[in-house]
Amino acid sequence: MPDVTPAPTQDIALQPGGLRSLVADWSSDQRAFRTASWGKAMMWIFLLSDTFIFSCFLISYMTVRMSTVIPWPNPSEVFSLEIGGKELPLLLIAIMTFVLISSSGTMAMAVNFAYRRDRVRTVLLMLATAAFGATFVGMQAFEWTKLIHEGVRPWGNPWGAPQFGSAFFMITGFHGTHVTIGVIFLLIMARKVWRGDFDQGRKGFFTSRSGRWEIVEITGLYWHFVDLVWVFIFALFYLW
Amino acid sequence: MAHAATAEGQQHPIKLYLLVWGWLFILSACSYLVDYFGLQGTLRWSLILLFMLVKAGLIVAVFMHMAWERLALAYAILLPPVAVLVFVGIMVFESDYTLFTRELFFAGQ
Repeated sequence: MPDVTPAPTQDIALQPGGLRSLVADWSSDQRAFRTASWGKAMMWIFLLSDTFIFSCFLISYMTVRMSTVIPWPNPSEVFSLEIGGKELPLLLIAIMTFVLISSSGTMAMAVNFAYRRDRVRTVLLMLATAAFGATFVGMQAFEWTKLIHEGVRPWGNPWGAPQFGSAFFMITGFHGTHVTIGVIFLLIMARKVWRGDFDQGRKGFFTSRSGRWEIVEITGLYWHFVDLVWVFIFALFYLW
Repeated sequence: MAHAATAEGQQHPIKLYLLVWGWLFILSACSYLVDYFGLQGTLRWSLILLFMLVKAGLIVAVFMHMAWERLALAYAILLPPVAVLVFVGIMVFESDYTLFTRELFFAGQ
């Protein structure tokens, strides 16, 4: 829903030239995304820019892995866990993947209940999503600790190509940061839903715009993106 | 409840989300099994990429509601990442060349 309606044509024609016209033209409403609100369109554009950042990380990882003459450490063995005397490849990573997918499922349902104005269920599902996210970050911290104890550093590791460490810490670190920010974002939004901000149209302290239920969907877009990036990291870094 | 992207926002039946959720679990399990059974070569890579793309497609289309947005938004967001594939192509050539020079000049050191 537009926050401002497009200016009628005659108003635009009457506007002055020079620097004032520059300001006027940029502040006038040139609407390309007719059904998406400014908030949703901006979140999508932010996610597009984030896509390029993660693409650059994954492409650099591909480049160092393809160009090194030293063999790449086998991720299947590096990330295996020993349980009951049996080595299980990538077990922790698989559990992390399921945790993140579950959080995406609860988030999708939170958005659904938000549009039905069901405050209690929305808050509970958002809190469940945040809990899954925090679990994911916790397991990632465990994984980092384990690898650092085994001697993985950004400049070297005991098993092969030294670039493995820098690619690992950079990619998973940046992703983990995104998950952490998402958890904080979810908790703030869950509090707003609980307080009833979106029913009353209470103004946000930062944007001073009236709260709308669509904000839950926009938060969800960010959260699903974090899951989406993990799909690519899981396939290209851990499984390849 | 009917599918709709109305002024009230995206409204879809909960069943749809549960179905996609289930499929994401199955596909993730499949990609984990690729590693568990130690498949190698072209089969491994093609399966990993297939499961990755289907999962990404489900998340963007259903969870992120892109399937119900107008084309103007979908194209604005989904087309630019195609440029990334060109970048991948460039860097494949570049790293092949780097590997070639390393093998040529650092061999035996």
